Amino acid sequence: MSDLLQTTINTLAVGGLYALIALGYTLVYGILRFINFAHSDIVSWGGWLAFTIASAAGWLATGHSPVFAMPIVLLLTMVICSVLGVTIERLAYRPLRKAPRLNVLITAIGVSLFLQNVGLLDRFFGNRPATMSALLPNDVLATFGGVHLRVYDTLTIVLTVVLVLVLERVIYGTRLGRAMRAVSFDERTAGLMGINVNSIVTVTFAIGSALAAAGGILFALRNDLRQTADASWVLLGLKAFVAAVVGGIGNVRGAATGALLIAFVEVFVHRYVTQAFPDTPWVGQLQDIYVFGILILVLLFKPSGLLGKAVVEKV
Amino acid sequence: MKPVQDRVAALRPSVAGAVGSSLAPFALALGLAVVMDAVIGPAVGATWSKILLDVGIAIVLAGSLNVVNGYAGQFSIGHAGFMLVGGYAAVWLTFYGSVLWFGTKAPIPGFLGSGQLLFLGSCVLGGLVASLFGLLVGLPSLRLRGDYLAIVTLGFGEIVRVLGQLTARQPKSIAAIKGRSMAELANNLGGAEGFSQVPGYTTLFSVYVFAFVLLVLVYRLKYSSKGRALLAVRENEIAAEAMGVDTTRSKVVAFVFAAFFAGIGGAIYAHQVGALDPKELGFQKSIDLVIIVVIGGMGSITGIVIGASILVILPEVFRQFSDYRMIAYALALIVVMILRPQGIMGVKELWETTWWRRRMSALTALMARRKR
Repeated sequence: MSDLLQTTINTLAVGGLYALIALGYTLVYGILRFINFAHSDIVSWGGWLAFTIASAAGWLATGHSPVFAMPIVLLLTMVICSVLGVTIERLAYRPLRKAPRLNVLITAIGVSLFLQNVGLLDRFFGNRPATMSALLPNDVLATFGGVHLRVYDTLTIVLTVVLVLVLERVIYGTRLGRAMRAVSFDERTAGLMGINVNSIVTVTFAIGSALAAAGGILFALRNDLRQTADASWVLLGLKAFVAAVVGGIGNVRGAATGALLIAFVEVFVHRYVTQAFPDTPWVGQLQDIYVFGILILVLLFKPSGLLGKAVVEKV
Repeated sequence: MKPVQDRVAALRPSVAGAVGSSLAPFALALGLAVVMDAVIGPAVGATWSKILLDVGIAIVLAGSLNVVNGYAGQFSIGHAGFMLVGGYAAVWLTFYGSVLWFGTKAPIPGFLGSGQLLFLGSCVLGGLVASLFGLLVGLPSLRLRGDYLAIVTLGFGEIVRVLGQLTARQPKSIAAIKGRSMAELANNLGGAEGFSQVPGYTTLFSVYVFAFVLLVLVYRLKYSSKGRALLAVRENEIAAEAMGVDTTRSKVVAFVFAAFFAGIGGAIYAHQVGALDPKELGFQKSIDLVIIVVIGGMGSITGIVIGASILVILPEVFRQFSDYRMIAYALALIVVMILRPQGIMGVKELWETTWWRRRMSALTALMARRKR
């Protein structure tokens, strides 16, 4: 029972991480209808920027981080990443607004390669792995019935829930959100109705990149920070993207649902499948395959995702 | 006046002539491949021979991807997955087959000797296995369009890569392999370390035979009714269907065809590198191939050749600026996409551009003047 609870908490934490990143994919896709392949690099830059800020402030030596260190690093990184995301959109994507989508996609890949390789330079983050867990020790906050509630899990879950709720409130409860939904529905008509499409796109990229930065920091706390061109970032981005697609891309609630589903498959299934087949350990190592298998199954039976609306093509 | 049947019969080409004109381009391809191997290879030296090999492999891979992405307008970003599947089938056949049947791990010399025949067989096997997977991935394209299909192909590529990394270890000594059958060894594909010690059979000849044959095939496809059906699917699927094009069939055939040559490409790639590492043939490799197609010009055959040459040669030339090379590449990619979104050639072939026609008419005018 305690094992089940612990696994559930892990699932929620992993799902929260995926949800933060998936929201960026889903927001951009919802408005511009293209897969922002550079999103996973915003995530990696978020992690590395947080590390750079924290080490510049001298907070990475054990016991040297004050209570306010984490919020400051988080906020600063989110702001910097927002600016980065908006700049990328302005310079690389906006000139291609009317171009075929494949071109925008290649451009996104170009941006991704650019961020990866600039990050590799010694002047930036270098190519040696780093760790920033000293910024916030992963203490046990509370224990009940043998289940440990740790700082990272709690932080991830709380941060995700808060950010998703704020985002929901913005999208469904404000003028800005209404404008975003209008642009997503029909860009041209929204423009004719007096909505400034360009500024809506800018806002979307700012929000998405800020969420990605938060995701990057949470990922960096748990894992080693690998160099920006490392495959682990690409895989993280791919899984978050899969979550967004499975939930129904372009749909905020869908992204959260998809993220939980993917985390469930990854954590739960991995945990219990390994237990169920002790003789064939490789069955448990197939977690990536289960993730992409679910993607393909969902797309085959409900191509617009679990919560997505089916679009009828008109002639 | 002869009866009309006789006049029609006179217009009909003879069987020998038809077979000849049908096979002539392939004979030319074979001849060009021999020239590449025997004349151009030694003339340019070892470094450039290696680069030419890479260009040829890139032409095979991007040329086949072009059928799906350029002609049919379907968006596949899992081409490296087909490469990997085909490569696995091929190295399984050459490495284990070479040990079990010929008792050696080293390449068996001799032009078209048993070693090269084994290699040829492994390329065809790789292509067949990959095209089977192409059918598997092509079938979902019945339901999916655009980005969603792209995501499925991406998922396929990742699944193949992960499965490859989970295969059993590769027995490396001859003693460990002897006494087992080929079927027993089918799962021993090297796992996460990759399959190594692949005999290096790939030569300029073998690469360019496949490259030129592929180019002839895609050229004929483009100007055949099947190819025009694919182009119609690309331009407007619904309109194509209304015109009587079997869109589903066209798309699946395109996938299977592309996968076949991707499998061959994976086979020659593995026999050139001497190893098959699933990590190398992941998402990034698929993206590299898509970039060649888009930079060259979607649907243009000459564009693919130019794109493959540029994208293989330029990074080699700028190898000394190691740190900044990839940054410049990324920036160049973005700038090209913004300034020339249709790629270098667009949808045209070299001989369809005004630039080429102007040169050609100037040339013919010059020739005419000479004659006078």
